[in-house]
Amino acid sequence: MKIGVVTFPGTLDDRDAQRAVRLAGATPVPLWHADADLKKVDAVVLPGGFSYGDYLRCGAIAAQAPVTQEIVRAAGKGLPVLGICNGFQVLVESHLLPGGLIRNEHQHFICRDQKLQVENIDTAWTNQFELGQEITIPLKNGEGGYIADEETLKRLEGENLITFRYLEVNPNGSMNNIAGLRNERGNVVGLMPHPEHAVEAGFGPDTNAAMRSGVDGLKFFTSVINSLVNA
Amino acid sequence: MPKIIVEVMPKADLLDPQGKAVKNALHRSGNAQNKDITAVRIGKRIELHFDRAVTDADLENARKVGESFLSNAVIEDVVAVTVEN
Repeated sequence: MKIGVVTFPGTLDDRDAQRAVRLAGATPVPLWHADADLKKVDAVVLPGGFSYGDYLRCGAIAAQAPVTQEIVRAAGKGLPVLGICNGFQVLVESHLLPGGLIRNEHQHFICRDQKLQVENIDTAWTNQFELGQEITIPLKNGEGGYIADEETLKRLEGENLITFRYLEVNPNGSMNNIAGLRNERGNVVGLMPHPEHAVEAGFGPDTNAAMRSGVDGLKFFTSVINSLVNA
Repeated sequence: MPKIIVEVMPKADLLDPQGKAVKNALHRSGNAQNKDITAVRIGKRIELHFDRAVTDADLENARKVGESFLSNAVIEDVVAVTVEN
């Protein structure tokens, strides 16, 4: 099982995403922004960071990169794609997911362990969760406020495309508390919080059991492995 | 130098945090005249340069990339595309 992890200039969390893939039991394959080559991977992660320095708009230039054009094409044929933080921004800029992400309402960069509710488990990246499950993974962004027009929001709600919602605190002013979305087919998921930072005890969010023991993010990666095995 | 200027603004109904911060700074600056500034909104001016005269086809293309790449219709509007030959 090979899972590609894209590196753009300015990507930060590519090695963490590779580590998460490894800990889940798959083989990470680095993908380079300038190569229109997915190296026969079974799934792709677009990790967080500040691709191309967030020039023009977050994710806008990355959406034009040769590797992204290939990902858009492959996603149309069902390739599982997960966009995390800046990766989510790349997904909305490439129109694989609707809406947009703007500067946090309170204008501050935010970094916290964020509680989320799992709203949809019929996706390649969330099938190992239980519907309605509460999870905690780190969130760190400056431009994570999700917006969409009224019609799009209605469709997202009506078609159950909202995959994660912020619980307790809406950390960035996102409409309808949206933290993450899926596409109609369920192979593409994007979210602002960072599952790849909650995959190994000792390095994750605090839990009631022990400090830094949270590993709720691992299920994103075991989910995609599960969906590929059962495909 | 011939150029096409594409101007992009955040949508009118969206909060523009940059503009808000600048307005607040203007009000704090001690210049009494600034108090009459009720809002600041910050957009982008993007210049596309050419080493020949700009044609109608260039302008049409600039409008197209203005909508598809230089701006994001979800959060921004292209408010002007003009030529300076």
